[in-house]
Amino acid sequence: MSLATPVTENAPAPDDAGRLRPTWRGPIAYAVIALVALLAMPLRTPDGSTRFRLSTETDFAQIPTFEVPAAPTVWVLVLLAVALAALAAWWTRQGRRTGLWLPVVFGVALLLAFLTFVGAGRSAVIPLTSVATGTLFLATPLIFGALSGVVCERVGIVNIAIEGQLLAGAFIAAVVGSLTASAYMGLVAAPVAGALVGMLLVFFAVRYHVNQIIVGVVLNVLVVGLTSFLFSTVLAEDPGTWNQRQALPVLPIPVLSQIPVIGPILFRQTLLVYLMYVIVVALQVYLFRSRWGLRLRAVGEHPKAADTVGIDVNRTRVRNTILGSAIAGLGGAFFTVASGLAFGKEMTGGRGFIALAAMILGRWSPKGAVAAALLFGFADNLRTVLGTIGSSVPPQLLLMTPYIVTILAVAGFAGRVRAPAAEGIPYVK
Amino acid sequence: MSQPAAPPPAQPPSEPQDAPVAAPAATEERPPGLLQDVLASSWLMTVCAIVLALVIGAVLIAAADPDVQSSAGYLFARPSDFFTAVWQTISSAYAALFQGAVFDWAAASPQRAIRPLTETLTISVPLILAGLGVGIGFRAGLFNIGAQGQITLGAILASWVGFTWHLPAGLHLAVAMVGAAIGGAVWASIAGVLKARTGAHEVIVTIMLNNIAVFLVLYLLTTSVFRSPTPQVGRTVAETAMLPGLLGDGFRLHLGFPLALLAALGVWWLMERSTVGFRFRAVGSNPHAARTAGMSVPWVTITVMAVAGALAGLAGGAQLLGTERNLTGAIAGSIGFDALTVALLGRSKPLGTVLAGILFGAFAAGGRLMQTRTGTPIDIVLVLQSLIVLFIAAPPLVRAVFRLRAPGERRRSTAEAAA
Repeated sequence: MSLATPVTENAPAPDDAGRLRPTWRGPIAYAVIALVALLAMPLRTPDGSTRFRLSTETDFAQIPTFEVPAAPTVWVLVLLAVALAALAAWWTRQGRRTGLWLPVVFGVALLLAFLTFVGAGRSAVIPLTSVATGTLFLATPLIFGALSGVVCERVGIVNIAIEGQLLAGAFIAAVVGSLTASAYMGLVAAPVAGALVGMLLVFFAVRYHVNQIIVGVVLNVLVVGLTSFLFSTVLAEDPGTWNQRQALPVLPIPVLSQIPVIGPILFRQTLLVYLMYVIVVALQVYLFRSRWGLRLRAVGEHPKAADTVGIDVNRTRVRNTILGSAIAGLGGAFFTVASGLAFGKEMTGGRGFIALAAMILGRWSPKGAVAAALLFGFADNLRTVLGTIGSSVPPQLLLMTPYIVTILAVAGFAGRVRAPAAEGIPYVK
Repeated sequence: MSQPAAPPPAQPPSEPQDAPVAAPAATEERPPGLLQDVLASSWLMTVCAIVLALVIGAVLIAAADPDVQSSAGYLFARPSDFFTAVWQTISSAYAALFQGAVFDWAAASPQRAIRPLTETLTISVPLILAGLGVGIGFRAGLFNIGAQGQITLGAILASWVGFTWHLPAGLHLAVAMVGAAIGGAVWASIAGVLKARTGAHEVIVTIMLNNIAVFLVLYLLTTSVFRSPTPQVGRTVAETAMLPGLLGDGFRLHLGFPLALLAALGVWWLMERSTVGFRFRAVGSNPHAARTAGMSVPWVTITVMAVAGALAGLAGGAQLLGTERNLTGAIAGSIGFDALTVALLGRSKPLGTVLAGILFGAFAAGGRLMQTRTGTPIDIVLVLQSLIVLFIAAPPLVRAVFRLRAPGERRRSTAEAAA
């Protein structure tokens, strides 16, 4: 957000140095969350210890299961969170802005505290690595979707159609993968499907100035209708030809995958996940450090200024929205070829909307979106984890938390959240 | 994927920029001019959009049919086979759609022949009510995507009042419906208050509230208050709280339909004749001017969301007390999202919303018969609905396809093009 912004009424006034002064809402939110954790967890932690495991049987580096005393561990982690909340408050008082690491460390500390809490005094071992693997696995489509949202919204097009792009990608990946009997061909086809949905989005939004939110909402319905219709007709008639399961093989990266703990988590994955790493890093660098990124952001923030210096606003928007949509389409491949599943009706199940939330929670930046998507992936994965441990926390309430966190975030409780200024407004010369 | 959109117009329309009635450049948050454009296109455009969507739907239905596919294999040897198969497939599917939605001429008795129409009206009740709510939001410049969650909350409260309280017949129903309205209003107000106080975008907040409502109802169904012997199904609402049927046994049409019409009348009065409605519309068309004129934009935001939520809540109440009777996780179905398209198709006007609600009710009722009789999946209805709304929202596209003239714009834009 280094770009100069037009001063709008809602935005906080810049201080003398031209920076935007941090608000108190963030520290207050950290304080409230830390306080709730302080009241809810340490005192109620049962006696005994929690058993963690950091490796699986197939790992190169075997690490024995270890136990931690539950109550002291929970205390330490929660107090760390309290300390971070205090630090955030102190920095806000000083006018300093907190970086991304603070919410991430804050969140990880509380999540570990929660896992220690639910596992306390139980015989079940908490498999930390499989928790992490499951989190990354479930976060994959969210990360792709959120990155798509970052690209589209940074260029000024609201992409509510992420859900539809994921679903279209999943569908085409399954069909092409099945027809060619190659999961990799499915992976190649998936972004094309996303791009097609993106083309429809810009066709209506840029060419005909139809409200982007309306187009996005309607495109989601259209993709659900089309894929379900074709699923029930063409695919159902001859699933052997059209909807045969194809799975991307897991490709362990030599050496890297043998690093203890993180190796198996990060480097024993399918090609789709490696592509995700590349896209995340590339977007983070190029969005903020390249001519392409500067132009893209200029168009999203102040299209008139961009036009004045000779950037073709609508062409930039069209191209980058299609690019972003292709990223979401690629993410759709997760549901079919990367998971080794056949296509099923509405199989994305609202993940596109969670991706949208992750993008906002990540403040329209690739790395923030990744952090938020991992948080949502963790919450999603928690259902399985709690099932194996046998916790009594109602899973439905836990599944709500990502959405509640997002509402708090957009209401400004997780630091200042500001959308690109020209987002959603068609550019007419 | 087969081509979902209309083919690009053969002739590029000469007036792609005729859209903004009010120039959108002056606004900072939302472009009211565009919304106005969506709402202001003419009835003819609606008919054209429906025709265009039906044509594209017909292509899809034909393309997915095995008979058509096999006869296409020898198209050049015997083209008549192909065209017969195409005609057979399309005409039987759309005939079944009509028979299931309006009048079934093949039925055994006159009662069964008119039953489809009553089914259409029954299904349209929640669509109309929720569509009215979404429409009020549109006209006040708010994108209430949250009808789905508000319907769920309305249904939760309606069922709770319906099975816990014990009141005399008419009163019980009234209390349950009021409860439903309050449930929806409170849920929507969360988004309204956050928008008014913190500027949180209502689209995101309402989408999140929809998801929270899904898990809320699933959670409630596991609690002792709502749990019934059947898993995942709530307790049965008392007979005294149910919306009475209008046509006796064999028909599902209930008192909810006249209530929905009454609500439409009420919304018309509110929006066109009352001061409150004037404020709503003023803020919708230009929040800055409204603020300058002394109106409180935050107050309008909160009130609009509450009213829209109350109507969506009533839709949930009507669904539960009219047809479903037991709370389930799928109580809201896709009504909330259909309501968005209903409101867009109805141009956010009460009469239009009623007609659009009945049309979509007809699609839903007819789609079921079409699926059982001809095997054409009901999912095609989603395609038709979304295409209709897309075309409605882009009048220049429809005009280009049908070679229609833009009202009063033709001469000016050709002059511009020449210049």
